[in-house]
Amino acid sequence: MTTPPFLQIEEITKTFPGVVANDKVSFDVAAGEIHALLGENGAGKTTLVSTLYGLHRPDSGRIRLRGKEITLRSSRDAIALGIGMVHQHFMLVQPLTVAENIVLGMRSPREPLLSLGPASQEIERLSRTYGLEVDPAAQVWQLSVGMQQRVEIVKALYRGADLLILDEPTAVLTPQEIHELFNVLRRLKAEGHAVIFISHKLDEVMAISDRVTVLRDGRVVNTVATAGTDKAALARMMVGREVLFQFDKPPAQLGDAVLNVRDLCVMGDRRQMAVRDVSFDLRRGEILGVAGVDGNGQSELVEAIAGLRPAASGQISINGRALAAFQPSDLLDLNVAHIPQDRQRVGLVMDFSVSENLVARLFSLLPFARSGFLQWKAIRENADGRIKEFDIRAPNSEVKARSLSGGNQQKVILARELSRAPDLILASQPTRGLDVGATEFVEGRLLEQRARGAAIIYVSTELEEILSLSDRVMVLHRGEIMGMVRPGEVTEEEMGLMMAGEKRMTAQEMEARQS
Amino acid sequence: MLETLQQLLWSGDLIYATLRLTTPLLFAALGGLMCERAGVLNIGLEGMMLGGALTAYVVALRMGNPWLGILAALFVGAITGLLFAVVVVTFRANQIVSAVGMNILMLGLTGVALRAAVGLSIGQSPAPTIPIWEIPGLAGLPLIGPVLFAHLPFVYLVFVLAGAMAFIFYRTTWGLAIRAVGENPRAAETVGIDVIRVRYATVVWSGIFAAVGGAILSIGYLNTFQEGLTAGRGFIAFSAIIFGRYTPLGTLLASLLFGFTDALQLRIQAFGVQIPYQFLVVLPYIVTLLALFVAGRSKGPAASGLPYAPGEE
Repeated sequence: MTTPPFLQIEEITKTFPGVVANDKVSFDVAAGEIHALLGENGAGKTTLVSTLYGLHRPDSGRIRLRGKEITLRSSRDAIALGIGMVHQHFMLVQPLTVAENIVLGMRSPREPLLSLGPASQEIERLSRTYGLEVDPAAQVWQLSVGMQQRVEIVKALYRGADLLILDEPTAVLTPQEIHELFNVLRRLKAEGHAVIFISHKLDEVMAISDRVTVLRDGRVVNTVATAGTDKAALARMMVGREVLFQFDKPPAQLGDAVLNVRDLCVMGDRRQMAVRDVSFDLRRGEILGVAGVDGNGQSELVEAIAGLRPAASGQISINGRALAAFQPSDLLDLNVAHIPQDRQRVGLVMDFSVSENLVARLFSLLPFARSGFLQWKAIRENADGRIKEFDIRAPNSEVKARSLSGGNQQKVILARELSRAPDLILASQPTRGLDVGATEFVEGRLLEQRARGAAIIYVSTELEEILSLSDRVMVLHRGEIMGMVRPGEVTEEEMGLMMAGEKRMTAQEMEARQS
Repeated sequence: MLETLQQLLWSGDLIYATLRLTTPLLFAALGGLMCERAGVLNIGLEGMMLGGALTAYVVALRMGNPWLGILAALFVGAITGLLFAVVVVTFRANQIVSAVGMNILMLGLTGVALRAAVGLSIGQSPAPTIPIWEIPGLAGLPLIGPVLFAHLPFVYLVFVLAGAMAFIFYRTTWGLAIRAVGENPRAAETVGIDVIRVRYATVVWSGIFAAVGGAILSIGYLNTFQEGLTAGRGFIAFSAIIFGRYTPLGTLLASLLFGFTDALQLRIQAFGVQIPYQFLVVLPYIVTLLALFVAGRSKGPAASGLPYAPGEE
């Protein structure tokens, strides 16, 4: 007699008004297995695991745990059955301590009194067993994101989870933290836990999982053994067509200088010098990548050029015009496009419709306004055209930006910013949080703009992405330029050293690469 | 002059009056603190106090027993709290607007109910009052005995309750659940805490606490009820929570400060100092304002004032 798999998901269907989020999804997970759930944003991964965690109930289908059918009415039921979940947005109470967060909602051995002492000992024991270093007495808000994630994992283990679900756990981590997380997952696996690992990053799935179930449009495309597949095959299943990992990038056709930056210093939000003595030029038809670990002055640099943050000293000139007291509205005259890092707060008005967002920059000009009155017909026609051109997946142009997926929100911004054939494009982490298909789309559009003769600043923390797209790469560390390189001439290791501030190119070396 | 000041401040009477006047405030403030920590802003304390004050007076008068008055006030407080919870927790109405509505409603309702219950001879019918309870053994102590240990039972009770609330908040699983719900209800829900139930319970308790505070004013101290009897004490209680930085001990100290100010102004009046009494009467309110000014940013629970819809992303 064969023992049934640890977890069996059988034909789970879940619909929300107007959407089939999961359509007869079936797969199984064994004990001691790391099972990746791969799919683009909106493929139904989060809906599926929310069902598994009892947060909503499926319309039909069965879940079997250890061979027995289970019904989950709430997360309480899931926890009782040994299912633990680490949500994408951590479910921690910031002002409480680690220990308080971990015992929250559980019966205390001294009910109704808390017993944090013994709990802390147990937490420390779990920490040692799985290499999850946490301080039970620390308050959560003081911890780094990586530490908070560890608290979430310990929280699930403390509740006796045999099945651990991690929803996009690497999205918020640094490469070092991802490495540590993977070590923890391997140890969990060795101890016989089952792990469901949700991701849309192929490299990670290849690195950590035993098997992969690929979801697309709410359906299971296939479940395959990781060892018997490769990135290209997975990408094909996930997106439903061939995906190009290498761009066929024509050589740069450099034109006149569009942007000159000289000895620029910019203050950060914490009154520290975020950008120090940065000088560079940028010409038409060129993509300048800005590499660095997040928070090393990239956003301040872009914001200064976009006129959103005053320069402390130094000069910025665009198309030969020096900008003294820079106003964001100048960007319009100067034909600069800005794709901001925080698309939901800065890039879009989330509660405005797609058509309104598409004219957010131009609404006071003809043809969208006449004598101060908005011309709704023109605004809608503009929206319909852009929606078609940029393949924005929205039911119509009047839905709120909030209702779109991340990738489609980014397309709205691109459609708005690129519509005026800008001379200079400032793209700050334009692919962050986007799935493969949307990333490819964004990169393709930027390359089109490059071919048209736009000068582009491309900020990203993804090294691979930056090296494949840029003509030149500037490496920032603590607001200073550590190096100016061409993608073909540098190894990833050298880049890493410069990003960490351990290697710095000489002035001559950099001078040679000032375009 | 200096001698007058000395007499004014170094007197057992002043301390006695401070404790006496702090008690109703602190009852309401502790109630407000409890639901505030669970994320429900209760500016309706004023109205809830009024409801308690009137109920206690009418029932005590009719039944001839002050304890029945208190019991009735508890009941009415719970009902008012429940009503408020239905509006702001279940129907997720704006908590500030609803509370303002509740205050206006209670002000009008108590005025009408008073006339209906005792006719127009307002203030003419003294109700039986709660007797002073001298703590055996302690009340006989020289100097401090009569000042600290010869009060209404509620005066001792409220200080015990403040301590108990601190214990509940920081040492019990219920308190942890309340704090978690006020800070991050979604996180609380994912570990199986019933956010709605926690909020209902704390709002109902806040109604009960506030009603007792009101009842002490009517049948503890004044033996009567008049329209607008609480005179903004519910709002001062609310300020005490903020000034007390949302902790039981802080709220206790803030309430003591406000109680002291009230006692002081009464005493200055009694001393016949040549200041128009209107200036003295506003003193507690000015101190309240100043206190909030001095307190600066007192950060409340993160989810305070925000309605919660269970199960929604």
